[in-house]
Amino acid sequence: MMALLHYEFIQNALLSGAVIAVVAGFVGPFVVSRNMSFAVHGIAEVGFTGAAGGVLFGVDPVIGLLVGAVLAALGIGTLGVRLRDRDVAIGSVLAFGLGLGVLFLTLYTRYATEAFTILFGTITGVSRGEVILLTGLGVLTLGALAAISRPLMFASVDPDVAEARGVPVQALSIAFLLILAVAVAEAIQAVGVLLVLTLLITPAAAAQKLAVRPAAASLVSVAIAATVTMAGILISLVTPYPASFYVSALSFGSYVAARLVGPRLVQRRYRLVA
Amino acid sequence: MLSAGSRRAAVETPAVRIERSTRVLGGRTIWRDLSLEIGAGEFLTIIGPNGAGKTSLLKVLLGLLPASGDVDVLGRPPGRGNPRIGYVPQQKAIDPDLPLRGRDLVRMGLDGARWGPGLGSRRVEGRVAEALSWVGAAPFADAPVGRLSGGEQQRLRIAQALIGDPALLLLDEPLLSLDLHNQREICALIAGWQRESGGTVIFVTHDVNPVLNMTNRVMAVVGGRWAAGRPDEILTTKAMSSLYGSPVEVVRLGGRVAVLAETGDPFGSHHDLTAPPGKVQAGR
Repeated sequence: MMALLHYEFIQNALLSGAVIAVVAGFVGPFVVSRNMSFAVHGIAEVGFTGAAGGVLFGVDPVIGLLVGAVLAALGIGTLGVRLRDRDVAIGSVLAFGLGLGVLFLTLYTRYATEAFTILFGTITGVSRGEVILLTGLGVLTLGALAAISRPLMFASVDPDVAEARGVPVQALSIAFLLILAVAVAEAIQAVGVLLVLTLLITPAAAAQKLAVRPAAASLVSVAIAATVTMAGILISLVTPYPASFYVSALSFGSYVAARLVGPRLVQRRYRLVA
Repeated sequence: MLSAGSRRAAVETPAVRIERSTRVLGGRTIWRDLSLEIGAGEFLTIIGPNGAGKTSLLKVLLGLLPASGDVDVLGRPPGRGNPRIGYVPQQKAIDPDLPLRGRDLVRMGLDGARWGPGLGSRRVEGRVAEALSWVGAAPFADAPVGRLSGGEQQRLRIAQALIGDPALLLLDEPLLSLDLHNQREICALIAGWQRESGGTVIFVTHDVNPVLNMTNRVMAVVGGRWAAGRPDEILTTKAMSSLYGSPVEVVRLGGRVAVLAETGDPFGSHHDLTAPPGKVQAGR
């Protein structure tokens, strides 16, 4: 096992996996508290179209992915200003984006294998250059999230009071969508378009069963995301099956475990609440 | 938060001054030619049926909604983010799994709008603890907010509104879905705050009874019309009938007031402007 770590592609996989998991782990709790699972899904699918377009037009698919995800986030943010409109806006953006993806796929016939890797992830195919790109983007994303996290939390939990207190609720919602777009594009590198929720929702959902403080929930979410990603990559190296499967299986396992253990844990600590 | 230093001397300017304000939404007049002055330290209770514009009026004062006419709040035009206004909006359900303690919710009232992650400090923690104990929320301050009872959550919201030491407190149906015991406790908190700080309270409710003895003035809003005055001026058969534009009977029973409309109310299905809580709850 240790000998495997000398291979550059494995180092790249583990490094990028760590960066991706930390970003997803910090972004996840906000996705959960803002009920944005569907937005994650929509952004990811349009990201797929971006990657397909990238391949077609000879641009790095990672760049295409990012462009697609950011455009999807902006589209969702512009069309779904009111919460009630949001799901409908996401559905519409997602459907149109996937339609374009089908077109790109038809135009570029060699794309089939590329499509498979984007849909299901190829963490072991990440280059050194891409590791640097992912790390740079990850640092920017986390910096932006740290800057807005307090008012974003206020706006997520208590939008009426936050607005009265001068929190720019609307602008924060767009800013968070952009942060989410980058996090989704990153997560796609690890687990693929179809499995992004396994890093962006599941660890945070497990964390909120185990922690009652906002900061603790974020740290537990990061810990779970990082553990399942690292473990998933390592297990996939010694077995014939893909990392995406192991990551999603471990992630789901952590959620089930948290659901079983969490309520008892929380209730014992806060007996008053029962 | 209620130290002697925070006690305000009698302020010359009124807490709220509204002159000839009209608000029209989608062709419907919410209120017309509203003029009202609320003196510092007053307790104004706003009553009226659902959809009469009670919440909108609070939002105008908070700078969240526009309205024509002259409006001054604490001596200046309404604007978002005025730290001297405390606001308790209508209660909304909180996800029981939300990783947020009562302590965190209250702290948002102090520095939740600031940028940066906000790691907290002794000073911030001290003020939060003070606010928590002042509303009697210390015993459950570390439990997840979403798992607390309605009354416990409402104490936390009041602590959140008061922690910034406001001069004006806006409350939107703060007694909704609370049992009688909790209604009394919340009212006592608000009365206590007002006594100690000399602050102004605007209390929106559909049932005037729980706050009748705290109320200096009542404003009733019905179908674009309004009337304001002392409770014994407004809560009368004559005043209410002219406000509703149809016969309305105001009945007093052992210190409680019930406003009963006859059938044929021109303003829709809301016949009870104020009614005993049991009756209102049942109708909701």
